[in-house]
Amino acid sequence: MRIAILHSRIRVEERLLAESFQARGIAFDLLDVRQAVFDIHEPGGLTEYDAVLERCISQTQAVAATRLFERFGIPCINTPAVIETCGDKLTTSLRLAESGVPTPRVRIALGGDSALHAVEQMGYPCVLKPATGSWGRLLARVHDRDAAEAVIEHKETLGGPQHGIFYVQEFIDKPGRDLRVFMVGDEAIAGIVRESEHWITNTARGGRAGRFDISADLAAVCRSAARAVGGGILAIDLLETRGGEVLVSEVNHTMEFRNSIQPTGVDIPGRIADFVIAAAQANAETIHA
Amino acid sequence: MNTQTPNPSALIVECPSCADTVTLTRRPLCGEVVRCGGCAVELEVVSIEPLRVEEAPQVQEDWGE
Repeated sequence: MRIAILHSRIRVEERLLAESFQARGIAFDLLDVRQAVFDIHEPGGLTEYDAVLERCISQTQAVAATRLFERFGIPCINTPAVIETCGDKLTTSLRLAESGVPTPRVRIALGGDSALHAVEQMGYPCVLKPATGSWGRLLARVHDRDAAEAVIEHKETLGGPQHGIFYVQEFIDKPGRDLRVFMVGDEAIAGIVRESEHWITNTARGGRAGRFDISADLAAVCRSAARAVGGGILAIDLLETRGGEVLVSEVNHTMEFRNSIQPTGVDIPGRIADFVIAAAQANAETIHA
Repeated sequence: MNTQTPNPSALIVECPSCADTVTLTRRPLCGEVVRCGGCAVELEVVSIEPLRVEEAPQVQEDWGE
C-alpha cells in the first residue's frame, strides 16, 4: 500500500499526518503539487498510489490535482467535488439547504444595487462574506446602510469577479463563541469551542480553542451536513443562537487541527490516517477482486 | 521519510532577504515555512540537501481550509 499526500506549503498538520502514516508503517510520499507534471492520457506513476490525501493550502490547486488522480480511478480524500462545494460558500449553503440542514438565512445578489437590496431585506446587522476564501478573511458585519454601501462599493471596485457574488448572511448573535466538529466519514471524532472577544472566532484570527462534548443530536446534524457536501474528512463550523438552536455556517474541506489536538485529547491526524488507510485498502480489494 | 537529524551545521542557512543567519531546530520537510529572526520574513524550505530557503509566497485569496 502507498499513499500520496498532496501538498504545497507544509504546515504543522501535514507534518503530523506524515508522522501518523510513518507510525503505522504505511508507505507514503509527500507530493508537492507545484512541482508535478500530469499527463491526462497516461497515469504514469500515479497508479502506484492506493489513495490520495489532499492537503493543499490552495483550493484551486487542490481541485486540479485531485481531478487528475480521480481521472485514473485513485480515491481522493477529499474528492474534487467536495473541495469545490466546500470552497464556495454559495454552493455549500445550497447543499445544506437542499438537505434540510439547519443553516443561517442567506441571500445572494449579483450586482451592487441588488446587493444593497439584499442587505436591507436581511436587516441590520448582517454579514457580507466573500463566496470563496477562508480563515475569516474579508468578513464584514454591517450595522447600517452607510456601512453596507461602503463595503459593496469597495467589493465592486477593488475585488475580482468572485467578489461580484454578494453573499449576505444573517448575523447570529452567538454567545461569544462558535463550535467546530471534526468529521471523519460519518463519525464526529472531536469538537472544539472557539471563544473570542471579537465577533470573528476563527483560531486563525486569534480565537481560543477548548473542548466540548458532542451530543448525539449535534453529531446527527454534523453527519447530515457532511453528507450534504459529499462526505469525507471535514470540519463543520456551527453557530449557536440565543434561542438554543445550532446552525451549520460552513464546512471546511482541508481542515486545520493543530490547536485542537491538545484540548480535545483526540489524535486527529491519527484518525485521518486510519480513514485514508481504510479507503486505500478498500480500493486495493476492489482492484484485485 | 528520513527523520534522522543531520549534522547540526547543515541546519543553518542565510536569509535571502536580510542575510541574517537562520537556524532550524529540527530537520525540516521541503515546503515547510520558517521565520527569519532578523527580519521576520517567512521563508520556505525548497531543498534539504543542500538546505536552501526562498521567501515564501504571500497568502493567496484561495488559501485556507
